[in-house]
Amino acid sequence: MLTRILQILIKEFIELRRDKWARFRLIVPPLVQLILFGYAATFEVFGVSTAVLDLDHSQESRELLSRFTYSTRFHVVLVAQSERDIERAIDRGDAIVAVVIHPQFANLLRKGQTAPLQVVVDGTNSNSALIALDYVGQIVSGFSRDYAVDLIQRTHPGQQLVQIDLEQRPWFNEDLNSRWFFVPGVIASLTLVLIVNLTSFAIVREREVGTLEQIMVTPIRPIEFIFGKTVPFFLIGLGLVAMIATVGILWFGVPFVGNPLVMLAGTSLFLLSTLALGLLISTLCSTQQQAFATNFFVINPLFTLSGFAFPIASMPTFLQWLTYANPVRYYLVIIRAVFLKGVGFAVLWPEMLALAALAALLLAASIAKFRKSLD
Amino acid sequence: MEARAAAAPQVVAEDLTKRFGSFTAVDGISFRIARGEIMGFLGPNGAGKSTTIRILCGLLRPSGGRAFVAGIDVARDPERVRERIGYMSQKFSLYNDLSVAENLRFFGGVYRVPRAELAERMRFVVHMAGLDGREDALVATLAGGWKQRLALGCAILHRPPILFLDEPTSGVDPASRRRFWDLIHGLAEGGVSVLVSTHYMDEASYCNEIALINQGRLIALGSPGKLKRSALGGELLLVECDKVGAALELLPQAPGVLDVAAFGNALHVLVESAERGLVELPRYLDAKGIDCRNIARIDPTLEDVFVRLVAGGTRGEAPRP
Repeated sequence: MLTRILQILIKEFIELRRDKWARFRLIVPPLVQLILFGYAATFEVFGVSTAVLDLDHSQESRELLSRFTYSTRFHVVLVAQSERDIERAIDRGDAIVAVVIHPQFANLLRKGQTAPLQVVVDGTNSNSALIALDYVGQIVSGFSRDYAVDLIQRTHPGQQLVQIDLEQRPWFNEDLNSRWFFVPGVIASLTLVLIVNLTSFAIVREREVGTLEQIMVTPIRPIEFIFGKTVPFFLIGLGLVAMIATVGILWFGVPFVGNPLVMLAGTSLFLLSTLALGLLISTLCSTQQQAFATNFFVINPLFTLSGFAFPIASMPTFLQWLTYANPVRYYLVIIRAVFLKGVGFAVLWPEMLALAALAALLLAASIAKFRKSLD
Repeated sequence: MEARAAAAPQVVAEDLTKRFGSFTAVDGISFRIARGEIMGFLGPNGAGKSTTIRILCGLLRPSGGRAFVAGIDVARDPERVRERIGYMSQKFSLYNDLSVAENLRFFGGVYRVPRAELAERMRFVVHMAGLDGREDALVATLAGGWKQRLALGCAILHRPPILFLDEPTSGVDPASRRRFWDLIHGLAEGGVSVLVSTHYMDEASYCNEIALINQGRLIALGSPGKLKRSALGGELLLVECDKVGAALELLPQAPGVLDVAAFGNALHVLVESAERGLVELPRYLDAKGIDCRNIARIDPTLEDVFVRLVAGGTRGEAPRP
């Protein structure tokens, strides 16, 4: 058994060594994607193009608008003279946010009443619109708190305004740097795509050119063939994860506070489940084109339902249930926890167990299906 | 044990049947192959030759009937069968991105050819395939005939007593085909039983036994000589005349004529008795205004046999050896 597996391994590595393109495909695209994600994928919003319209022309309105001008979050591109200017700026996309201060703004404040402030947001990109609105809210509430304190001190000297001071203390990622959140995620998604594709294509290609049939009349057992075929991809997967993680840590400065052994264990289990998935796909397809199409339909939902970008907690209950069958979901938890929190098996064992169960299930299914596919 | 194994047939197919859904690819085929015998599977594409071979190799499970290879029930224990057979599929199926030597080393290792013997056997195979000095060439760069011989070499590297060759010579030039058959004869002389399928009728004469297969059924079985003599069910006359088209239509109605087929400009006429036909047919044609230039008794070719049997459909039982 071992000698036959060894023969397949030798053959696989000779083929890989000879395939210069394969090596390129294994190293360059993952790095490019990592760099892209590292720089481009961020939830933070800076320099939002903003239009302002001050119809009040009071000290208060100028003070409020200056807070927008001096914020790094906003970039005032237009000081409008009329509501029509604002409309046009939003329509043409010159501005994403417009702040309109109506007449009587200062008068109402001075009387101690509530003063309305109009904010228009271009909602076509709902995500950045939401984030921008959040920043507007922070600026306005800061302004209104300062104004209230100032008013109390002027009218009732010596008296304190009762208020809650919110002290934000995000753990594990103090600056809420979204790059720290994304880079570990990129490891999971790139590994998923590469390993599923490599495995399914490698076996379907042998079926397509006929070498699989030749293999099947030799004493090689299906399980030996699967072993010999997948071990190289397992090693490649480990190398890939190590490469992306190293670049993420050294180039993007993502901290790695956990135990590398926990990472190795989680990665191994995740690789097993993705290998099994690729194997299962390969038993369903007889041409590489079919495999390509199938992979596309399998990988996209796995990605969407993983929690890589969209929080699982915000999904409808039905989809949340589906995510439990998704290996990427567990691996994301493990890898983010190992990178940023530094927790170990004591905390991560449920995810590890789930990954192991999924891997075992998928492997068993693909081996059973692989036998049958000979008929 | 040894003696018995040698005397027992190496391949036995009993009423083999394979259905794919409602389509019956192999329909109750039975035959035996003795040690050192070359059995030729002859028939058009899609006749069920490949399917039968794939069942015997354990690649397909039969829907009915039984297959024994080297005395082992293939459906029950395909793993044990595999060490005792060599197989060449219709499609070239060695690794194109490996060199000649790497392919041989791979298959040698897979069959666990002892390391001490492997080098010697590899030399033999390389020499047999005419690839001396090209051991390090990538297989992708080899021409058809060499690829074919290398594939045969990979299939016999572990010295299997039984060889299954599925259309091994298709797409290979005639000289290479000739050379390939010499190799097969050499192996059979050494005691290897060979089952080889082909759709080249001329290759059938290289075989000891012929199985004619059409639409999944065995329509004739026997040595080439026996098939030519008996499978026709009559004697064959060559008729050369003018108005070949009219003669082709009229002759089947002539007394004692069983079948008529056109071969080039001449007609092959199957008659109950050659003696009577030689006298009666020229007279019959003359009466119809057709001039018979030449009539002679000929030995049938396997093509005659095949055309006759296929046209006659599946009438009667296939002759048994």
